[in-house]
Amino acid sequence: MDEMFKPSRRAFLRGGAAIAAGSVAGSVAAQSADPLITELQDWASYTGAGVDETPYGLPIHFESDVIRRNVEWLTASPISSINFTPIHALDGTITPQGCAFERHHSGAIELSKGDYRLMINGLVDQPLVFTYDDLQRFPRENHVYFCECAANTGMEWAGAQLNGVQFTHGMIHNMEYTGVPLRLLLQEAGLDAAGDFADKWVYVEGADASSNGRSIPMEKALDDVLVAFKANGEALRMEHGYPVRLVVPGWEGNMWVKWLRRVEVTDAAVESREETSKYTDVYENGVARKWTWVMDAKSVITSPSPQMPIKHGQGPLIISGLAWSGHGQITRVDVSKDGGITWDTARLGKQGDTKALTRFYLDTDWDGAPMLLQSRAMDETGYVQPTKEQLREKRGENSVYHNNCIQTWYVNAEGIAENVEVS
Amino acid sequence: MSKSLSSIYLPVFGGIALVSSLAVAVANRGYGDSQINTLKTRLSQVETHEGVARALADENAARVAELETQLQEVQANISAAPAGIGVSEQAPAHDGKLGVGREALPAEIAAWDVDVLPDGRGLPEGSGDVFTGEEVFADKCASCHGDFAEGVDNWPVLAGGFDTLADKDPVKTVGSYWPHLSTVWDYVNRSMPFGEAGTLSADETYAVVAYILYSNDLVDDEFELTQDNFAAFEMYNKDGFVIDDRPDLEYAEWSVEPCMENCKDSVEITMRATFLDVTPEEGGESVMNDATTSDTPTFTAASTSAADTETPAVSVDGTASTAGIDPELVAAGKKVYKKCKACHAVGEGATNKVGPQLNALIGREFGAVDGFSYSSVFKAAHDEGRVWDEVTLDEFLAKPKAYMKGTKMSFAGLKKEQDRAAITAYLKSIGE
Repeated sequence: MDEMFKPSRRAFLRGGAAIAAGSVAGSVAAQSADPLITELQDWASYTGAGVDETPYGLPIHFESDVIRRNVEWLTASPISSINFTPIHALDGTITPQGCAFERHHSGAIELSKGDYRLMINGLVDQPLVFTYDDLQRFPRENHVYFCECAANTGMEWAGAQLNGVQFTHGMIHNMEYTGVPLRLLLQEAGLDAAGDFADKWVYVEGADASSNGRSIPMEKALDDVLVAFKANGEALRMEHGYPVRLVVPGWEGNMWVKWLRRVEVTDAAVESREETSKYTDVYENGVARKWTWVMDAKSVITSPSPQMPIKHGQGPLIISGLAWSGHGQITRVDVSKDGGITWDTARLGKQGDTKALTRFYLDTDWDGAPMLLQSRAMDETGYVQPTKEQLREKRGENSVYHNNCIQTWYVNAEGIAENVEVS
Repeated sequence: MSKSLSSIYLPVFGGIALVSSLAVAVANRGYGDSQINTLKTRLSQVETHEGVARALADENAARVAELETQLQEVQANISAAPAGIGVSEQAPAHDGKLGVGREALPAEIAAWDVDVLPDGRGLPEGSGDVFTGEEVFADKCASCHGDFAEGVDNWPVLAGGFDTLADKDPVKTVGSYWPHLSTVWDYVNRSMPFGEAGTLSADETYAVVAYILYSNDLVDDEFELTQDNFAAFEMYNKDGFVIDDRPDLEYAEWSVEPCMENCKDSVEITMRATFLDVTPEEGGESVMNDATTSDTPTFTAASTSAADTETPAVSVDGTASTAGIDPELVAAGKKVYKKCKACHAVGEGATNKVGPQLNALIGREFGAVDGFSYSSVFKAAHDEGRVWDEVTLDEFLAKPKAYMKGTKMSFAGLKKEQDRAAITAYLKSIGE
């Protein structure tokens, strides 16, 4: 992969062509004995690295390619910006923290466990302050959830823009969180003062300069929202809100407040900057939708994709991708190789997770002809991921957020994939 | 057998696993039965080991009984089991309190609970007028948002944009888009200025908000904002929002069994990616894609009788048209130039756009194009008689803002030396 891309795209294209030409018949009989097998290799003779060489391990340098990347022209400053998970190079469902996308509004801050405080106030019986250690004394749960920025795929509303699934769909990660249900903390403060929950909210904010405050209806706050301190078994990374972040399953990533410092029970939505001027959806007539919290069902093929060309020529081909829904479980994913004329149902790599990434595979055979690859997710509510055309018909092209359209990759006869739109 | 016991018991909490665990339970019971039969046969055959064998048979019988009990439990739990595989058991509910945490003191709540609601609740006492606001804004906000709140570079535009919300690229400013004044006050007070959040006094915040309203022509220059006239102020776009109506407008319509075969007659590529990201290396670098859709194939549906045809008919062989460009430096530079061409014209008849035209740039004086309104740093360079050469251009393009402090050019620069060399070669190749 890295050798292929290094000199330039042009060289890459040439390289791709050469490889495709060299393996027309799929596997080819060896012309001569492979020296990697017949000759004694260094690694089979010398000793390797000792234990403790890297007390906390990083991926081997051959994988130095699998990193977060940003698109510089998207934002004014990297301090208030976003980058993208290299989903093209990952498999399975769990996103390693080190390459999970970041979104900061005033930069990632260093806040120690010792300096951490969480305040619960507003319409509660007794306003409380918790330390990090206090949180460790509440019963905790483990859940795998996806966190998707509402703007994921947002650059593609008006047309195919960015040539890589990392850039079109990489504002997402999927981790196993350990945390305390928010309802237990609210109950500890006492909710009698809140009265009827129907018109009540919690306002959540972070300790960073942006504070990134958001209003969440009480019903959701008492349902599955977690105050999380571990992800994938270890402490959250700084860039994901160390030491404590909010996890709001199935809802847009902006609500997953990092460095969570305060939860206030209110009788109205605060209508903060992040829930009025941003994260609202302007439609064709100029009217905007607000409180569009849930991330609808969506899927994308991660390989082949522009960053993951087919290099093996025709023959057995694994088409692989990710599907997710903020409404619950993914029940089915269909894959088309001809731009939506014909569909085959893919195999789900692991079933049953709710509001989490689901891996799918279509184990197929490539005849070397060009393909228009698409995937289409269905969730437990029966909702079917819409086409770009369906979305535009309902919403126009003025929006930024909540683009969950079916993505098309054009794979040419050389196996090179490109982001396209189709009729 | 003890393993199979746990395999029955543990998935009680799983939905789909429940079905398979029942099957396992039934199979295990059958296995237990056959074990007993086998032992009974052996009992009759091996009389000398009668005692041992009988004990084993009893044990098996006991296990079968245990299995049956478990099976009944599983069946009883079918309706009570929560959906989902591998879910975390819910944390226990508790009636009383754990007594963990401490009372939040009034001074602590006052320090952190500063949010302002749309009806003005949460506002502190204070006031500020447009004139004061203009001073504070110029000092603390204008470097990013512009003197007139028009926005510098990619930083947010705060003023104008009225009647653009129905356009393709709506200009969403405080004036044109924000529905509540409380949001402006709350955000300025808490999160601005960028890099110095929380440092404005209440009066300064009132003043800045008053100035932002003024820059949007929503108030006159005599206006003073106070906590008393705040709630009565109505924003331009206050009625511009509806609550999420996707469930009504989209979910029902899109929740139907989808088409699997012959869903369209034919499919054509209508657009290709605008930016081609040359991925690894340093990553994130985009080059404009000049590929057209004319050299891509049309996919057509197979005839209705050939439903088993897996691959589509392809009428044209598609190849990426980006291949085969001559790798000379000039050609490479022409490609890199795509990053510049939105603002800078070159070639015959090139005129000034957002940036000056770049014909015969090498050898030209800084800030020398007629009719272009240069920033003061370029005017000064012009007065000093500085001339563009390969070295100055390279240094400028590496970090434009650092090299010409105060330049209006918002371009972040070309990180790669080879790109700068290429574009220099390209610009050199362009005459008058």
